[in-house]
Amino acid sequence: MAKSTAFKVTALTPAAGSVAMKETQALDRLIHEKVRLGIVSALAASGPLTFTELRSLLETTDGNVSVHARRLEEAGYINCIKRFEGRVPRTEYSLTPEGRQALERYLDHLEAIVGAMRPR
Amino acid sequence: MSSPRPAVAITDHALEQLKYIRETMERSGSFTAVPGWGGVAMGASALLAAVIAARQTDNHMWGIVWMCEVVLAVAIGSAFIYRKTRRGDRSASAAPGRQFFLSFSPPVAAGGFLSWILYQQGAWNVLPGLWLLLYGAGVVTAGAFSIRIVPMMGVCFMVLGAAALACPASWGNWFLAFGFGVVHIVFGWIIARRYGG
Repeated sequence: MAKSTAFKVTALTPAAGSVAMKETQALDRLIHEKVRLGIVSALAASGPLTFTELRSLLETTDGNVSVHARRLEEAGYINCIKRFEGRVPRTEYSLTPEGRQALERYLDHLEAIVGAMRPR
Repeated sequence: MSSPRPAVAITDHALEQLKYIRETMERSGSFTAVPGWGGVAMGASALLAAVIAARQTDNHMWGIVWMCEVVLAVAIGSAFIYRKTRRGDRSASAAPGRQFFLSFSPPVAAGGFLSWILYQQGAWNVLPGLWLLLYGAGVVTAGAFSIRIVPMMGVCFMVLGAAALACPASWGNWFLAFGFGVVHIVFGWIIARRYGG
Protein backbone atom coordinates (compact mmCIF):
# COMPACT_ATOMS: atom_id res chain seq x y z
CA MET A 1 0.00 0.00 0.00
CA ALA A 2 2.79 2.43 0.93
CA LYS A 3 4.55 1.58 -2.31
CA SER A 4 1.47 2.55 -4.34
CA THR A 5 1.16 5.95 -2.61
CA ALA A 6 4.83 6.69 -3.19
CA PHE A 7 4.43 5.85 -6.88
CA LYS A 8 1.56 8.26 -7.31
CA VAL A 9 3.27 11.17 -5.58
CA THR A 10 6.54 10.80 -7.46
CA ALA A 11 4.65 10.55 -10.75
CA LEU A 12 3.02 13.94 -10.27
CA THR A 13 5.14 16.59 -11.88
CA PRO A 14 3.68 20.11 -11.96
CA ALA A 15 3.18 19.74 -15.72
CA ALA A 16 1.22 16.51 -15.33
CA GLY A 17 -0.86 18.05 -12.57
CA SER A 18 -1.60 21.02 -14.80
CA VAL A 19 -2.74 18.74 -17.67
CA ALA A 20 -4.97 16.81 -15.27
CA MET A 21 -6.49 20.03 -13.93
CA LYS A 22 -7.15 21.28 -17.45
CA GLU A 23 -8.82 18.00 -18.48
CA THR A 24 -10.90 18.02 -15.32
CA GLN A 25 -12.22 21.48 -16.13
CA ALA A 26 -13.16 20.23 -19.61
CA LEU A 27 -15.26 17.32 -18.26
CA ASP A 28 -18.91 17.38 -19.24
CA ARG A 29 -20.56 18.28 -15.90
CA LEU A 30 -23.90 16.97 -17.11
CA ILE A 31 -22.79 13.35 -17.31
CA HIS A 32 -20.17 13.63 -14.59
CA GLU A 33 -22.89 13.07 -11.97
CA LYS A 34 -23.03 9.37 -11.02
CA VAL A 35 -26.66 8.48 -11.82
CA ARG A 36 -26.57 10.37 -15.13
CA LEU A 37 -23.25 8.71 -16.03
CA GLY A 38 -24.82 5.35 -15.16
CA ILE A 39 -27.84 6.01 -17.37
CA VAL A 40 -25.71 7.05 -20.35
CA SER A 41 -23.25 4.12 -19.89
CA ALA A 42 -26.04 1.55 -19.58
CA LEU A 43 -27.85 2.84 -22.68
CA ALA A 44 -24.57 2.89 -24.64
CA ALA A 45 -23.89 -0.76 -23.77
CA SER A 46 -27.29 -2.37 -24.11
CA GLY A 47 -29.44 -0.17 -26.34
CA PRO A 48 -32.89 1.02 -25.24
CA LEU A 49 -33.87 0.29 -21.63
CA THR A 50 -37.09 0.80 -19.72
CA PHE A 51 -37.46 2.99 -16.66
CA THR A 52 -37.72 -0.11 -14.43
CA GLU A 53 -34.61 -1.67 -15.96
CA LEU A 54 -32.58 1.49 -15.37
CA ARG A 55 -33.83 1.80 -11.81
CA SER A 56 -32.87 -1.77 -10.87
CA LEU A 57 -29.60 -1.62 -12.82
CA LEU A 58 -28.46 1.54 -11.05
CA GLU A 59 -29.98 0.42 -7.73
CA THR A 60 -31.59 3.79 -7.14
CA THR A 61 -35.04 5.26 -6.58
CA ASP A 62 -37.82 6.15 -9.04
CA GLY A 63 -37.34 9.84 -8.27
CA ASN A 64 -33.62 9.75 -8.92
CA VAL A 65 -33.98 8.06 -12.30
CA SER A 66 -36.81 10.37 -13.25
CA VAL A 67 -35.01 13.63 -12.34
CA HIS A 68 -31.66 12.69 -13.90
CA ALA A 69 -33.20 11.20 -17.02
CA ARG A 70 -35.13 14.43 -17.54
CA ARG A 71 -31.90 16.45 -17.33
CA LEU A 72 -30.29 14.21 -19.94
CA GLU A 73 -33.38 14.41 -22.13
CA GLU A 74 -33.40 18.22 -21.95
CA ALA A 75 -29.75 18.22 -23.04
CA GLY A 76 -30.63 16.01 -26.01
CA TYR A 77 -28.45 13.13 -24.77
CA ILE A 78 -31.29 10.61 -24.46
CA ASN A 79 -34.73 10.04 -26.00
CA CYS A 80 -37.75 9.10 -23.95
CA ILE A 81 -40.74 7.24 -25.40
CA LYS A 82 -43.85 6.74 -23.28
CA ARG A 83 -46.51 4.27 -24.32
CA PHE A 84 -49.07 1.84 -22.98
CA GLU A 85 -48.82 -1.95 -23.21
CA GLY A 86 -52.41 -2.88 -22.55
CA ARG A 87 -53.16 -0.76 -19.51
CA VAL A 88 -49.60 -0.71 -18.22
CA PRO A 89 -47.59 2.47 -18.90
CA ARG A 90 -44.09 1.83 -20.21
CA THR A 91 -41.29 4.39 -20.45
CA GLU A 92 -38.32 3.54 -22.63
CA TYR A 93 -35.07 5.46 -22.92
CA SER A 94 -32.48 5.36 -25.69
CA LEU A 95 -29.19 7.16 -26.28
CA THR A 96 -29.05 9.83 -29.00
CA PRO A 97 -25.98 10.31 -31.23
CA GLU A 98 -25.23 13.47 -29.19
CA GLY A 99 -25.36 11.41 -25.99
CA ARG A 100 -22.98 8.83 -27.40
CA GLN A 101 -20.55 11.56 -28.50
CA ALA A 102 -20.75 13.15 -25.05
CA LEU A 103 -19.89 9.81 -23.41
CA GLU A 104 -16.97 9.29 -25.82
CA ARG A 105 -15.65 12.80 -25.08
CA TYR A 106 -16.04 12.17 -21.36
CA LEU A 107 -14.09 8.89 -21.63
CA ASP A 108 -11.36 10.66 -23.65
CA HIS A 109 -11.00 13.27 -20.90
CA LEU A 110 -10.81 10.62 -18.17
CA GLU A 111 -8.17 8.73 -20.13
CA ALA A 112 -6.21 11.96 -20.66
CA ILE A 113 -6.26 12.62 -16.90
CA VAL A 114 -5.06 9.10 -16.09
CA GLY A 115 -2.51 9.24 -18.92
CA ALA A 116 -1.06 12.52 -17.68
CA MET A 117 -0.27 10.85 -14.35
CA ARG A 118 1.57 7.83 -15.78
CA PRO A 119 5.38 7.86 -15.35
CA ARG A 120 7.18 8.44 -18.66
CA MET B 1 2.52 26.21 -9.56
CA SER B 2 -0.08 23.53 -8.95
CA SER B 3 0.05 21.32 -5.90
CA PRO B 4 0.48 17.58 -6.58
CA ARG B 5 -2.00 16.38 -3.93
CA PRO B 6 -5.26 17.53 -5.62
CA ALA B 7 -3.98 15.94 -8.83
CA VAL B 8 -3.65 12.57 -7.04
CA ALA B 9 -7.28 12.88 -5.97
CA ILE B 10 -8.29 13.79 -9.52
CA THR B 11 -6.56 10.69 -10.90
CA ASP B 12 -8.16 8.43 -8.31
CA HIS B 13 -11.55 9.94 -9.09
CA ALA B 14 -10.99 9.47 -12.84
CA LEU B 15 -10.09 5.81 -12.27
CA GLU B 16 -13.19 5.35 -10.10
CA GLN B 17 -15.38 6.87 -12.79
CA LEU B 18 -13.84 4.59 -15.46
CA LYS B 19 -14.44 1.56 -13.21
CA TYR B 20 -18.03 2.63 -12.61
CA ILE B 21 -18.65 3.03 -16.35
CA ARG B 22 -17.17 -0.41 -17.08
CA GLU B 23 -19.20 -2.12 -14.34
CA THR B 24 -22.44 -0.43 -15.40
CA MET B 25 -21.86 -1.42 -19.03
CA GLU B 26 -21.14 -5.03 -18.02
CA ARG B 27 -24.28 -5.23 -15.88
CA SER B 28 -26.54 -3.69 -18.50
CA GLY B 29 -25.15 -6.01 -21.17
CA SER B 30 -26.11 -9.18 -19.28
CA PHE B 31 -29.14 -11.29 -20.06
CA THR B 32 -30.57 -11.85 -16.59
CA ALA B 33 -33.84 -13.49 -17.60
CA VAL B 34 -32.41 -17.04 -17.50
CA PRO B 35 -35.31 -18.82 -15.81
CA GLY B 36 -34.29 -20.63 -12.61
CA TRP B 37 -37.67 -22.20 -11.87
CA GLY B 38 -37.96 -22.95 -15.58
CA GLY B 39 -34.71 -24.91 -15.30
CA VAL B 40 -36.14 -26.86 -12.36
CA ALA B 41 -39.29 -27.65 -14.38
CA MET B 42 -37.20 -28.64 -17.43
CA GLY B 43 -35.10 -30.89 -15.20
CA ALA B 44 -38.19 -32.58 -13.74
CA SER B 45 -39.61 -33.22 -17.20
CA ALA B 46 -36.22 -34.63 -18.33
CA LEU B 47 -36.18 -37.06 -15.39
CA LEU B 48 -39.66 -38.21 -16.33
CA ALA B 49 -38.59 -38.57 -19.98
CA ALA B 50 -35.55 -40.61 -18.91
CA VAL B 51 -37.76 -43.03 -16.96
CA ILE B 52 -40.17 -43.42 -19.91
CA ALA B 53 -37.30 -43.71 -22.42
CA ALA B 54 -35.60 -46.42 -20.31
CA ARG B 55 -38.69 -48.61 -20.69
CA GLN B 56 -38.54 -48.54 -24.49
CA THR B 57 -37.12 -51.59 -26.19
CA ASP B 58 -37.06 -49.97 -29.62
CA ASN B 59 -34.37 -47.35 -30.36
CA HIS B 60 -36.79 -45.31 -32.51
CA MET B 61 -39.27 -45.08 -29.65
CA TRP B 62 -36.46 -44.10 -27.29
CA GLY B 63 -35.54 -41.30 -29.72
CA ILE B 64 -39.16 -40.18 -30.05
CA VAL B 65 -39.49 -39.90 -26.25
CA TRP B 66 -36.43 -37.63 -26.09
CA MET B 67 -37.62 -35.58 -29.10
CA CYS B 68 -40.92 -34.99 -27.29
CA GLU B 69 -38.90 -33.95 -24.24
CA VAL B 70 -36.97 -31.42 -26.37
CA VAL B 71 -40.24 -29.84 -27.55
CA LEU B 72 -41.61 -29.80 -24.00
CA ALA B 73 -38.39 -28.32 -22.57
CA VAL B 74 -38.33 -25.56 -25.20
CA ALA B 75 -41.96 -24.72 -24.38
CA ILE B 76 -41.25 -24.68 -20.62
CA GLY B 77 -38.09 -22.59 -21.05
CA SER B 78 -39.80 -20.07 -23.35
CA ALA B 79 -42.77 -19.68 -21.03
CA PHE B 80 -40.57 -19.07 -17.99
CA ILE B 81 -38.31 -16.61 -19.87
CA TYR B 82 -41.41 -14.70 -20.98
CA ARG B 83 -42.72 -14.69 -17.40
CA LYS B 84 -39.41 -13.50 -15.95
CA THR B 85 -38.89 -10.77 -18.54
CA ARG B 86 -42.46 -9.52 -18.10
CA ARG B 87 -42.10 -9.41 -14.34
CA GLY B 88 -38.89 -7.39 -14.64
CA ASP B 89 -40.39 -5.13 -17.32
CA ARG B 90 -37.65 -6.36 -19.65
CA SER B 91 -37.76 -7.52 -23.22
CA ALA B 92 -36.22 -10.88 -24.19
CA SER B 93 -35.52 -9.35 -27.61
CA ALA B 94 -33.40 -6.53 -26.15
CA ALA B 95 -29.69 -6.54 -27.06
CA PRO B 96 -28.48 -8.87 -24.24
CA GLY B 97 -31.31 -11.33 -24.91
CA ARG B 98 -30.58 -11.31 -28.63
CA GLN B 99 -26.86 -11.91 -28.02
CA PHE B 100 -27.72 -14.75 -25.64
CA PHE B 101 -29.92 -16.55 -28.16
CA LEU B 102 -27.63 -15.86 -31.12
CA SER B 103 -24.76 -17.48 -29.19
CA PHE B 104 -26.87 -20.36 -27.90
CA SER B 105 -28.37 -21.28 -31.29
CA PRO B 106 -25.38 -22.33 -33.48
CA PRO B 107 -24.09 -25.23 -31.31
CA VAL B 108 -27.66 -26.44 -30.71
CA ALA B 109 -28.47 -26.23 -34.45
CA ALA B 110 -25.26 -28.16 -35.20
CA GLY B 111 -26.38 -30.74 -32.64
CA GLY B 112 -29.76 -31.06 -34.33
CA PHE B 113 -28.18 -31.51 -37.76
CA LEU B 114 -25.65 -34.08 -36.54
CA SER B 115 -28.40 -35.95 -34.70
CA TRP B 116 -30.37 -36.26 -37.92
CA ILE B 117 -27.32 -37.62 -39.80
CA LEU B 118 -26.46 -40.06 -37.01
CA TYR B 119 -30.13 -41.12 -36.74
CA GLN B 120 -30.06 -42.01 -40.47
CA GLN B 121 -26.96 -44.11 -39.86
CA GLY B 122 -28.41 -45.79 -36.78
CA ALA B 123 -25.61 -44.49 -34.55
CA TRP B 124 -27.83 -44.18 -31.46
CA ASN B 125 -25.03 -44.84 -29.02
CA VAL B 126 -23.33 -41.46 -29.60
CA LEU B 127 -26.49 -39.33 -29.38
CA PRO B 128 -26.62 -38.81 -25.58
CA GLY B 129 -22.99 -37.62 -25.46
CA LEU B 130 -23.48 -35.44 -28.54
CA TRP B 131 -26.62 -33.79 -27.14
CA LEU B 132 -25.05 -33.04 -23.77
CA LEU B 133 -21.79 -31.80 -25.31
CA LEU B 134 -23.38 -29.42 -27.83
CA TYR B 135 -26.13 -28.21 -25.52
CA GLY B 136 -23.38 -27.49 -22.99
CA ALA B 137 -21.37 -25.64 -25.65
CA GLY B 138 -24.42 -23.49 -26.39
CA VAL B 139 -24.94 -22.73 -22.70
CA VAL B 140 -21.26 -21.82 -22.25
CA THR B 141 -21.15 -19.44 -25.23
CA ALA B 142 -24.52 -17.86 -24.42
CA GLY B 143 -23.45 -17.64 -20.78
CA ALA B 144 -20.85 -15.06 -21.78
CA PHE B 145 -23.80 -12.64 -22.04
CA SER B 146 -25.45 -13.71 -18.82
CA ILE B 147 -24.87 -14.24 -15.13
CA ARG B 148 -21.68 -16.13 -14.21
CA ILE B 149 -23.37 -19.30 -13.07
CA VAL B 150 -24.74 -20.00 -16.58
CA PRO B 151 -21.39 -20.83 -18.24
CA MET B 152 -20.54 -22.99 -15.21
CA MET B 153 -23.71 -24.98 -15.85
CA GLY B 154 -22.68 -25.32 -19.52
CA VAL B 155 -19.30 -26.74 -18.51
CA CYS B 156 -21.08 -29.40 -16.40
CA PHE B 157 -23.12 -30.45 -19.46
CA MET B 158 -19.97 -30.61 -21.59
CA VAL B 159 -18.10 -32.74 -19.04
CA LEU B 160 -21.08 -35.11 -18.82
CA GLY B 161 -21.27 -35.24 -22.62
CA ALA B 162 -17.60 -36.16 -22.91
CA ALA B 163 -18.03 -38.79 -20.17
CA ALA B 164 -21.10 -40.23 -21.92
CA LEU B 165 -19.11 -40.64 -25.13
CA ALA B 166 -16.34 -42.43 -23.25
CA CYS B 167 -18.61 -44.75 -21.25
CA PRO B 168 -20.65 -47.77 -22.40
CA ALA B 169 -23.58 -46.85 -24.67
CA SER B 170 -26.07 -48.47 -22.30
CA TRP B 171 -25.37 -45.70 -19.75
CA GLY B 172 -26.42 -42.99 -22.24
CA ASN B 173 -29.99 -42.66 -21.02
CA TRP B 174 -28.83 -42.15 -17.43
CA PHE B 175 -26.27 -39.56 -18.48
CA LEU B 176 -29.18 -37.70 -20.09
CA ALA B 177 -31.19 -38.07 -16.90
CA PHE B 178 -28.33 -36.72 -14.80
CA GLY B 179 -27.47 -33.89 -17.25
CA PHE B 180 -30.81 -32.60 -18.47
CA GLY B 181 -32.53 -33.67 -15.25
CA VAL B 182 -30.32 -33.23 -12.17
CA VAL B 183 -27.99 -30.50 -13.51
CA HIS B 184 -30.97 -28.41 -14.68
CA ILE B 185 -32.70 -28.82 -11.32
CA VAL B 186 -29.61 -27.97 -9.22
CA PHE B 187 -28.52 -24.93 -11.25
CA GLY B 188 -32.12 -23.85 -11.80
CA TRP B 189 -32.71 -23.85 -8.06
CA ILE B 190 -29.53 -21.80 -7.45
CA ILE B 191 -30.49 -19.30 -10.18
CA ALA B 192 -34.04 -19.03 -8.85
CA ARG B 193 -32.84 -18.36 -5.30
CA ARG B 194 -30.04 -15.95 -6.15
CA TYR B 195 -31.28 -14.19 -9.29
CA GLY B 196 -34.97 -13.68 -8.72
CA GLY B 197 -36.89 -16.60 -10.13
